Amino acid sequence: MAREKGVVLLDFWVSPFGQRVRIALAEKGVDYEYKEQDLFNKSEHLLKSNPVYKKIPVLLHDGKPICESLIIVQYIDEVWSDKAPLLPDEPLARANARFWADFIDKKVYECGTRLWKLKGEEQEAAKKEFVEIFKLLQGELGDRKFFGGETFGFLDLALVPFVAWFYAYETFAKFSMDEECPKIVAWAKRCMERESVSKTLSDPNKVYEFVLFLKEKFGVEY
Amino acid sequence: MEEEKREKGVILLDFWVSPFSQRLKIAMDEKNVEFECIEEDIPNNKSQLLLKSNPVYKKIPVLIHDGKPICESMVILRYIDEVWPHQAPLLPSDPYSRAIASFWADFIDKKVYDLGTKIWMRSGEVQETAKQELLAVMKTLEGELGEKEFFGGDVFGFVDITLVPFYAWFHAYEIFAKFSFEEECPKIVAWAKRCMQRDSVCKALPEPKKVYEYLLDLKATYNLY
Repeated sequence: MAREKGVVLLDFWVSPFGQRVRIALAEKGVDYEYKEQDLFNKSEHLLKSNPVYKKIPVLLHDGKPICESLIIVQYIDEVWSDKAPLLPDEPLARANARFWADFIDKKVYECGTRLWKLKGEEQEAAKKEFVEIFKLLQGELGDRKFFGGETFGFLDLALVPFVAWFYAYETFAKFSMDEECPKIVAWAKRCMERESVSKTLSDPNKVYEFVLFLKEKFGVEY
Repeated sequence: MEEEKREKGVILLDFWVSPFSQRLKIAMDEKNVEFECIEEDIPNNKSQLLLKSNPVYKKIPVLIHDGKPICESMVILRYIDEVWPHQAPLLPSDPYSRAIASFWADFIDKKVYDLGTKIWMRSGEVQETAKQELLAVMKTLEGELGEKEFFGGDVFGFVDITLVPFYAWFHAYEIFAKFSFEEECPKIVAWAKRCMQRDSVCKALPEPKKVYEYLLDLKATYNLY
């Protein structure tokens, strides 16, 4: 089968999962073709490339698909290993980075979604949980510049795309990340000084508008 | 600042029926890694060591290597493979094959246990739906396995280790939801039997009957009928 050479990313503009991959590719200086997907009308290409989950992001490298954002990022780290290593070298540090990236994957997006979908007591509970999640992450960060230490790495890029959603979450659930987790906000600002991050993350206002659109589409009162 | 004295060696905080723990026992056996198993009293009487070693989730398995804890079975599995790389490498060496293996292991980790739990814990429509979904998962995995001896090809590896501990739970699932894995997904059953020919696997997995009895006890304890 003739395989198209090069790197293609099937993605959706506001997806924090897709943005992880974009940041990784930018950090490594990899040229790629970005293909925006319509998630409400999925293309044959997407369905064929990710038959199991039918989701973005999907990275196609010389025509071969890789799915699941953190798996894609690790693949990128292994293939383009000469530049900007994302995972640390040492097995224990790698395990620690994977543990926290998995924690972020299990908790942040799902809890964040409840923040804008729910109201009243349920929303309050989700807010409490959300703050707890980030306080734990703040504890892990400690006084370091990045989760990776002196250098921006795997765990930083696993988390940073969600920062663009803070404004939407804060507005809907009425709280302030700056008040609750100032170290995380400070860390986020440091990440945004990197071009790979500032060029990739969505404008928080656009994320807010997108969530409004979702609320309307899925009939959630706001 | 006092340096904590770190105990040398490998300790596994374990619970006998946990398929997640069994993944690690199999991996360490394959690699001839010596380890000490400490059985935890789950869920009612977790040790201070467990709570201290896994403050985020308070769950087993936890691997403690030279005093340093690592949590989450899939993270631990990668760690074991990286620290003891020379014997029985679990992941293939080329990045694309590694990504594919990681994908399928992650798929198994996301799906099998939760669907299985609905099968033994629930009844009626919820149970039936869970059964159908679990069988769909197994059929997808059969497609990925194809005609290979193991998911890793000729070599028993990462994906095989991730899935095989659930074989000990098949008997229980079959009784609770009234079906047969052998009928519905014979290739998976055949693959599991091949895995069971390995010392590491048959030593690690509990007897299916004991798993079933354990679940019956749990149902009685929590009044689930």
